[in-house]
Amino acid sequence: MSTMDEPTPGGISAGAYESAQQNPDFIELRGRYRRFAFPMTAAFLSWYATFVLLSVFAADFMGTLLWGNISIGLVIGLGQFVSTALITWLYVRHANSRLDPLAEKLCHELEGSL
Amino acid sequence: MSALSAGLLATDVLAQEASTPGSPGVNITIFGLFVAVTIVIVLRASKFNKTATDYYAAGRSFTGRQNGVAIAGDYLSAASFLGITGAIALAGYDGFLYSIGFLVAWLVALLLVAELLRNTGKFTMADVLSFRMRQRPVRTAAAISTLTVSFFYLLAQMAGAGGLVSLLLGVTSDIGQSVTIAVVGVLMIVYVLVGGMKGTTWVQIIKAVLLISGAAVMTVWVLSKYGFNLSNVLGAAVDNSPEVGEALLAPGVLYGGSTLTQIDFISLSLALVLGTAGLPHVLMRFYTVPSSKEARRSVVWAISLIGLFYLFSLVLGFGAAAIVGPDAIEAAPGGQNSAALLLAFELGGTLLLGFISAVAFATILAVVAGLTITASASFAHDVYANVIKRGKFAADGEVRVARITALTIGAVSIVGGILAKDQNIAFLVALAFAVAASANLPTILFTLLWKRFNTRGSVFSIYGGLLTAVTLIVFSPVVSGSPSSMLQGVDFSWFPLNNPGLVSIPLAFFLGWLGTVTSKEYNAEKWAELEVRSLTGAGAEKAVVH
Repeated sequence: MSTMDEPTPGGISAGAYESAQQNPDFIELRGRYRRFAFPMTAAFLSWYATFVLLSVFAADFMGTLLWGNISIGLVIGLGQFVSTALITWLYVRHANSRLDPLAEKLCHELEGSL
Repeated sequence: MSALSAGLLATDVLAQEASTPGSPGVNITIFGLFVAVTIVIVLRASKFNKTATDYYAAGRSFTGRQNGVAIAGDYLSAASFLGITGAIALAGYDGFLYSIGFLVAWLVALLLVAELLRNTGKFTMADVLSFRMRQRPVRTAAAISTLTVSFFYLLAQMAGAGGLVSLLLGVTSDIGQSVTIAVVGVLMIVYVLVGGMKGTTWVQIIKAVLLISGAAVMTVWVLSKYGFNLSNVLGAAVDNSPEVGEALLAPGVLYGGSTLTQIDFISLSLALVLGTAGLPHVLMRFYTVPSSKEARRSVVWAISLIGLFYLFSLVLGFGAAAIVGPDAIEAAPGGQNSAALLLAFELGGTLLLGFISAVAFATILAVVAGLTITASASFAHDVYANVIKRGKFAADGEVRVARITALTIGAVSIVGGILAKDQNIAFLVALAFAVAASANLPTILFTLLWKRFNTRGSVFSIYGGLLTAVTLIVFSPVVSGSPSSMLQGVDFSWFPLNNPGLVSIPLAFFLGWLGTVTSKEYNAEKWAELEVRSLTGAGAEKAVVH
């Protein structure tokens, strides 16, 4: 067991990590990350489940042709591509503006104290 | 499983008489060219392989974009190119499910895994899983699971090599195919032994560029024949598929037969969407970049390229049905896995077929090399260096063991590939996804995000998920008891679903919880280190400067 003064393999002492975990900046960073990532995960998984379950239990509905030979199911399937691109873009924007500055600040505080 | 889907998964035995399209000479020449160019690159890359960080993680020196292209190269395996195109050509809508699951799955990696993992680990998945747990039990479990998932994935790639060879070189005898699988195996061992992660990554980058450009050219070509109207392509596919007809456009060709096949479809969907972020060879790629920000860029590049490619494969699949036709596809050696290649031949003749098949070969080679380096790194770094030697070994010992392991894995996968060569590749890969989603993903998510999680929870979840998934596969119709099973003439199947995900994935999450709440162990110090490191990047492994 390492003590408060013994550095971890990363060169930062275990005590430094424990106090960083209580740092209001860190708690804010964790909140910002989780408040985005968790609901978004729930959203894309539900949207995917909608596609899968409709394909299985409402095959006739999904097979209905909208324009020419394009079925509703194909449109919802392609909608999964659109939503994936959208969520990726939203996350990168969120991470760049809301997560990275705070993470870098905390990282410098921890590594700078070596 | 419905009769139709059984038929789709089985290779047509009568097809052995069919002739080879194109010219084996051209095919071999183009493939030889690819091997020559990549070997030179691998040799150049090998000059920098000095330390374990170089060998396993390419010195963490790749940029996010390079790594993203390499991830696409790793991920768009023969399953995506040959398997999905074939599945869409014969089953239409139901084949498209693979593309959607394989793509949406990347959001799990992007939002929950890639950056946290990059900040916390060193070389392997087990580094993260054992970070705040008791080392030996968790590391051993994670290594066993890594080796198992990699084995299933290797099996699929080798099976693809077998089918491909029979089509391209006109090799229809079992011995001839086995020899060619062995040649692919030996080549991949050379790449991994000499080039390490850096060499392997460059092979994947080159292959990804070739594969995506080749698919783009074919897609535009197909669309141009139908006035750049997707609806017309679908219409032509329906007209040219007398047996399936309009059903190509709706769900149900593969999975509509009964309640059982419907549940199988749900099981497959679950495994696809949760599998990616648990694949050790994908996770290991995040260690080849210098920071978590670059890991994020990698995933964005990977998602863009993979999404684009799956849009192409939709056109290629329906295009193959429209232009080649389902009868010709099923009659060809290699069965439905040959749809993309037959389409290339119909469009651009011998030369395009030669190019596309060289790309397909390269695909298999690159993916197999990536899997081999992952499996050998896991054995050498997790089992040998940390469990057997407990961190006390000669400086070059770990890399030496990794190289020996690569040799062994190469041999085993050659044998497995010969056994599995008649199965649809996308379907086989889905099994690897099911095992990864069961054995790895619950533990990865719990260890990164759940404070209370501990050693017993990890061990319960990894072994529970792994054993359940593998056992259910062994006793499923995939292995015995159906016309398309790997083993014919015996029937010991009692589990009705082809994909175990629906049972094994929730069970593994439950076991992770159960193990955790029945154990009092909790390491507050290591949890603080893991959580702070994972989110801030403080203390994360840095790039190597040569």
